[in-house]
Amino acid sequence: MITALLIGLPLLAGLLALFVKGEGAKKVALGAALLELVLSFAVLYLFKKDPQNEQLFINTPWIQHFGIHFHLQLSGIGLCLVLLTTVLTPLIIISSYSREIKNPSLFYSLVLFMQMALVGVFLAHDGFLFYIFWELALIPIWFICLMWGESKNNSKITFKFFIYTLFGSLFMLAGLIYLYYHSPERNWSWENLQAGGMSLPEAKQGLVFWAMFLAFAVKMPVFPFHTWQPDTYTSSPTTGTMLLSGIMLKMGTFGLLFWLMPMVPLGIAKWGSTAIGLSVVGIVYASCMAIVQKDLKRLIAYSSIAHIGLIAAGILAFNAQGLQGAVMQMLAHGINVVGLFLIVDIISRQTGTREIAKLGGIRNVNPRFAMLYLIVLLGAVALPLTNGFVGEFLLISGVYKFNAWMSAFAGLTIILGAVYMLRSYQGVMLGETNNVTASFGALKTNETIVLFVVAALIIGLGVYPKPLMDLIGPDVQELLNSVKPAVTP
Amino acid sequence: MIQYSWLIPLLPLFGFILLGLGGKKLSKGLAGIIGCGSVLAAFALSVGVFMQLHEGDKHIVKMFDWIVAGDLHLDLSFIIDPLTSIFLLIITGVGFLIHVYSTGYMKEDEGFNRFFTYLNLFVFFMLLLVMGSNYVVMFVGWEGVGLCSYLLIGFWFKNTEYNKAANKAFIMNRIGDLGFLLGIILLFVTFGSLSFEDGGIFDKASSLARDNKGVMEAVGILLFIGACGKSAQIPLFTWLPDAMAGPTPVSALIHAATMVTAGIYMIARSQVLYSFAPMALEIVAVIGLLTALFAATIGLLQNDIKKVLAYSTVSQLGFMFLALGVGATTGAVFHVTTHAFFKALLFLGAGSVIHAMSGEQDIRRMGGLAKKIPITHITFLIGTMAIAGIPFLSGFFSKDEILAYTYERSQVYWIAGVLGSMLTAFYMFRLYFLTFRGKFRGTHEQEHHLHESPASMTIPLVILAILAVGAGYIGIPGFVLHDSHWLHHYLGYREIITLSHEKEWIIMGIAIVAGLSAIALAWTVFGKNKTVPADDEKGFNSVQKLVYNKYYVDEIYDKLIRKPLDFISDIGYRVVELQIVDGVVNGIGTGVKWIGSVARYVQSGSVGFYVLAMVLSVIVIAMVKLW
Repeated sequence: MITALLIGLPLLAGLLALFVKGEGAKKVALGAALLELVLSFAVLYLFKKDPQNEQLFINTPWIQHFGIHFHLQLSGIGLCLVLLTTVLTPLIIISSYSREIKNPSLFYSLVLFMQMALVGVFLAHDGFLFYIFWELALIPIWFICLMWGESKNNSKITFKFFIYTLFGSLFMLAGLIYLYYHSPERNWSWENLQAGGMSLPEAKQGLVFWAMFLAFAVKMPVFPFHTWQPDTYTSSPTTGTMLLSGIMLKMGTFGLLFWLMPMVPLGIAKWGSTAIGLSVVGIVYASCMAIVQKDLKRLIAYSSIAHIGLIAAGILAFNAQGLQGAVMQMLAHGINVVGLFLIVDIISRQTGTREIAKLGGIRNVNPRFAMLYLIVLLGAVALPLTNGFVGEFLLISGVYKFNAWMSAFAGLTIILGAVYMLRSYQGVMLGETNNVTASFGALKTNETIVLFVVAALIIGLGVYPKPLMDLIGPDVQELLNSVKPAVTP
Repeated sequence: MIQYSWLIPLLPLFGFILLGLGGKKLSKGLAGIIGCGSVLAAFALSVGVFMQLHEGDKHIVKMFDWIVAGDLHLDLSFIIDPLTSIFLLIITGVGFLIHVYSTGYMKEDEGFNRFFTYLNLFVFFMLLLVMGSNYVVMFVGWEGVGLCSYLLIGFWFKNTEYNKAANKAFIMNRIGDLGFLLGIILLFVTFGSLSFEDGGIFDKASSLARDNKGVMEAVGILLFIGACGKSAQIPLFTWLPDAMAGPTPVSALIHAATMVTAGIYMIARSQVLYSFAPMALEIVAVIGLLTALFAATIGLLQNDIKKVLAYSTVSQLGFMFLALGVGATTGAVFHVTTHAFFKALLFLGAGSVIHAMSGEQDIRRMGGLAKKIPITHITFLIGTMAIAGIPFLSGFFSKDEILAYTYERSQVYWIAGVLGSMLTAFYMFRLYFLTFRGKFRGTHEQEHHLHESPASMTIPLVILAILAVGAGYIGIPGFVLHDSHWLHHYLGYREIITLSHEKEWIIMGIAIVAGLSAIALAWTVFGKNKTVPADDEKGFNSVQKLVYNKYYVDEIYDKLIRKPLDFISDIGYRVVELQIVDGVVNGIGTGVKWIGSVARYVQSGSVGFYVLAMVLSVIVIAMVKLW
């Protein structure tokens, strides 16, 4: 029951925000997001006490003719991503607090609707319900990017984003339907779909794999399905970019991990190495792209593709280290990227530019900002004792178990990541102050709060990741065990 | 005491946090006290641990579970054994002296507090590196010291050149780190453990090594790649000379005494693994020897006092790897110890000279400083004598041990080693004569300002000078004084030298003669004839030009790696990314749009398209159902 509340609360608050005029909407949104945060921790508490607690499930028939249920169920991995959503959403709202936003009622209600759909995606245990939430998440973010975007080509860019991801998800739907029609019990529950998928011959599993992989690959995005991403991230309002990169892309990695990998093990045995190859090439490719970017926001967009490529490779390697690393890295990436995009936002608001070459010397005028930026940067380059390291180390280990050379190639990210991150930091923050950056002033309170929370999470989760790993570990083992009968002949 | 050893790294961390939170609100005096005090307390504890520790002891102090994933289980815990204990003493002892020195050296700098913040953080990570009880905790310290090195090289962050040097150091280290990381993972995947505890990786690897010869060699090479990055060996050495951009105490602490010896620590720690990897060990020896010679020749023609010392460090590290490679692990650790004293002394002395010279670093503009700054002069001379291998000073014994083991392995290596030590003696005395002897060649203003450094700087110099003289007595070879090599017994590596005592005496004698003749040559050229190096490279022959320009290694890397990477990335972005990958997507989009325009009446804008898509999907459902 309480899980349904997790979805109901942002939905109701979103509706409420629609009718609150002006600044009030902002307060409603923040209040609701904080309440949701508390609620999610209550859920965590219940889950820790007893994962089988009935309060944590809901399963009622919905469209009986098609065997569709309104079935929400908590898993350790799902809960982690729900927590990511409920932690990041208030941070994202707070970071927008000092900005002028036209039509705030609509804006903040869309943010809340988005949160509702995201939580739904991570909780759904019914394939069709998963699909519904998946598509529901697209609509609010599309409106946010379209209506509050910052570029002249906005409508063109967001249209491409919309069509591209929609196109991908149709393939996912087709894949899910295919699984449904081959499942033993004709319902959409995860277990049943898995049984259906595992009963398929290898070639058919391969087909399903590619159809659904395409959807997830576009969403994350993985090379070469990524070209909507840099434009969209760059032209979206910062709130939109944060929602997209911090949380929404985890729908793709989560889908891959939870809705595809366990479903068609034979298909993955056949095609997994090809898909890992794509992901790994994407890591190096996107890192190289990041190196030559002149716009800081675009640079971070490309760095995100590189990070996600490694996560995808770890999931596709499908072993304990790869999966656990993937979930850890999803959380770390979400936190870090929100910090990075806020930093870009602060810089571009204060100086009027995001072009690295025009900036420089900000550290002289605001050392505290420089320190916070550095901590976020260290998380992004996966320095040990930051949150980025735990995930990256496990991911590279996971890929190594799959194929040593691929992991060596993927590991280039630790070199190239340092190249583009340090170069841009030097360009923006170090050196002599110039007339563009001379006026750089103090941070606003809301910005300081968000950056401090982000920095604390980066170090806290890097030093003591155990609580999260305890949450993920058993789930990963269960997933791996569930496919064992199919893989071992 | 040993059960409290976890406090050793925590104390400097605590200092770092206090300094970091206090920031500029703290007075310089207080910041200095916190900075030095935390390291002094760590030193006191290290001494306590050292006193309690017996030969052959190994203690594990567990903190908490850190990373648990499947069959991977990593604790955050510490190891206390003789090897760690030696490094603890060096890091906290020399570290403390350099902290004290820095209170004088950095006194006028506006970033004084920030400097001590970073320095304490460095000591924390360095201690973590040598105390980590598994490879991943070692890696944490390993990357952490890299971060501090980055921060301190770029300490004066307004200067773009310094920032570039900092970036270069971090990135080159990361190249090595990737090798190290892959080595760690390969160990884990093969043997299922990374822990130094009994029953951990070393025991497992020993029992399974015979069936995994290739793996052992690969691990050996991968770990050594990591060591090459951190300890500045060929081909990853070029960051270290540039790292001299940092304040001089940093060069002494990080880029001479401690961090750069992490690679030697790592391989000494992995000695069991290397004993099953003869090929990897041979590579270690050869690379070490080549680096020792290569860097020493560059040192011959450098004119920046810190750069000479930097190349000398690279060269000395090469000797340490040579030692590891020929199986003289004790000798390598011995040389780490003596080198920590005399090289820290030399760098701090150089800092004192630079202060006296109002910031001048070019030895062509110095000369005759002996009388003006007597304490600096005497201590610097002692350091120079120690590194040059003057008998009975510390460097003499450690270098002799390395050369003896090298002789046993290969006489060719030994000849090269002796040549290397001759070069060392020559360029060090060249440095000494040009700096302290002859006539003053600087400006009037500089001459007017010449002054001896304050006590906060000279006292550490004196203490280090005493250590540079005396530290050799922990490792007097057995043939000189029977059963005397304390370090050998303490560390407990099984190394037996089969040379006869006569041979050992001869080897030692040759080294002494070679060293003294090199010094005599340096004296003839720079002492007696008072030659001053030319101001530019016009008069040089092609070999001299090559050496003067450091064999153009930086330029070659630039042309071979950096430029191509930028070029390929740029072309990749403009052609592959924008034209091809995105071009195909847009092409498909245009095609679809064209089809869409045919069916335009169905669709009214983007949301309409979405509805269309939903309808289509329902049709798909229906079709699949029929099928």
